[in-house]
Amino acid sequence: MRRIAVVGGSLAGVHAAEALREHGFDGDVTLISAENELPYDRPPLSKEALLNGMPMERLSLRAPEWYEDNAVTTRLGNAAVRLDTARRTVLLDDGTTVAYDGLVIATGSRARRLSSTENAPPVQILRSIEDSLRLRERLRPGQHLVLIGAGFIGLEIAATARQLGLDVTIVEVGRVPLGRALGDEVGAWFRALHARNGVEIVCTCTVEAIERLGEGAVLTLSNGRVFNADVVVAGIGASPVTEWLDGSGVQTTDGVVCRSDLSTSVPGVAAAGDVARWYNPLFDEEIRVEHWTNAVEQGRRAAHTLLGHGEAFSAVPYFWTDQYDARMRFVGRASAASEVVVKESGDDRLVALYGRDDRIRGAVCVNAPRELVRYRTAIRDQVRWGDVTETPSAIGG
Amino acid sequence: MGMKLVLDLDACQGYANCLIESPGLFDLDDRTDKAVLLDETPAEDRRAEAEAAVRGCPARAISLESS
Ligand code: SF4
Repeated sequence: MRRIAVVGGSLAGVHAAEALREHGFDGDVTLISAENELPYDRPPLSKEALLNGMPMERLSLRAPEWYEDNAVTTRLGNAAVRLDTARRTVLLDDGTTVAYDGLVIATGSRARRLSSTENAPPVQILRSIEDSLRLRERLRPGQHLVLIGAGFIGLEIAATARQLGLDVTIVEVGRVPLGRALGDEVGAWFRALHARNGVEIVCTCTVEAIERLGEGAVLTLSNGRVFNADVVVAGIGASPVTEWLDGSGVQTTDGVVCRSDLSTSVPGVAAAGDVARWYNPLFDEEIRVEHWTNAVEQGRRAAHTLLGHGEAFSAVPYFWTDQYDARMRFVGRASAASEVVVKESGDDRLVALYGRDDRIRGAVCVNAPRELVRYRTAIRDQVRWGDVTETPSAIGG
Repeated sequence: MGMKLVLDLDACQGYANCLIESPGLFDLDDRTDKAVLLDETPAEDRRAEAEAAVRGCPARAISLESS
């Protein structure tokens, strides 16, 4: 194997390139990115970068010299549009091709847009650095921000906007915020957190119509309410970027279908990060995870697999979000849990556990980092549900 | 050749990822909400854990040097 192409200037892509070099691969490494900037970190885009602005040097995952020092060739501002697995080439949107012997698919995901926004004022999304800069310009004290969707990104933007002095309303289709991700109990806790900070979350409700009014908009909700907004942002989830793989033979079903070692249906092709769906033996489930740490570790694993050192990837997913003074950390899996137990709940602290098949599978900890460490170990060791819910001190706290 | 963990407290944002990756090497200070290095010069058999903590820190506040 002489040439490895990494498609996606993402966290997973950078770590794949880095791991290739760490493993002594001395052939060509080309990193292809649709974005114009060198790969950067996304979590701050809805928090610190939106609040205070953040220079590119701090957002960049690696300094420009790193690419030179590691002989990683970058093709920035070039989206991959087609993959030819017979010829082993990637076609880019400028008409050029990149030939490879090994390929890492790390194209990540893109924010979903509302379907019916023609003629409507631009409903913003937040995914890229440009999105974050554009939104930052619009967030002025005293203005009214309406967020569509009370998922993690929406809630983070809400918290940042409150700190910037805006009035904030969130419209959410579910019964509570984060309900699908974390269940009603934890969702209700987040709703109360935001209420304490002056954010109204209108639940079980959709936006029926958005009409332009000056720079802003008039929104009509399904419950009949009508109100004005200066800025409207949709945070309604993300979809894996896989269209460029159509017809390539790489199997996709809501993401690239991977084996447990992140190899794909095509030899010499592995995938990592948001775009990869793989079988996680620890949870006995096929999952796709859009988390920071997952992207780092999968990027590395995909690189190892390409170099012939494949091993099953069975990490415990880990995720964090910071809103106001609440530092929430989540380990494991909450979806498909059949039981939820709230162990502790107060205004500035929350510990909730998720179980299924008599095993602990997930834990939410707000401002409780040590509990997080403890439950992460319990999830990895597949501790019995009863042992963590009935006897709080039984697992080494 | 041993290794030395270095924690940049100005850069640390208290994400606690280091704690998750490597509970034996890091703790969190409840008062400052910043990481505490429990073992600056870990034994060689903890290298993988130390490297995972370095990679896992979103603030890039941890580095590993040889000593
Ligand atoms: S992961 Fe990094 S930022 Fe977070 S507590 Fe540890 S050192 Fe600090």
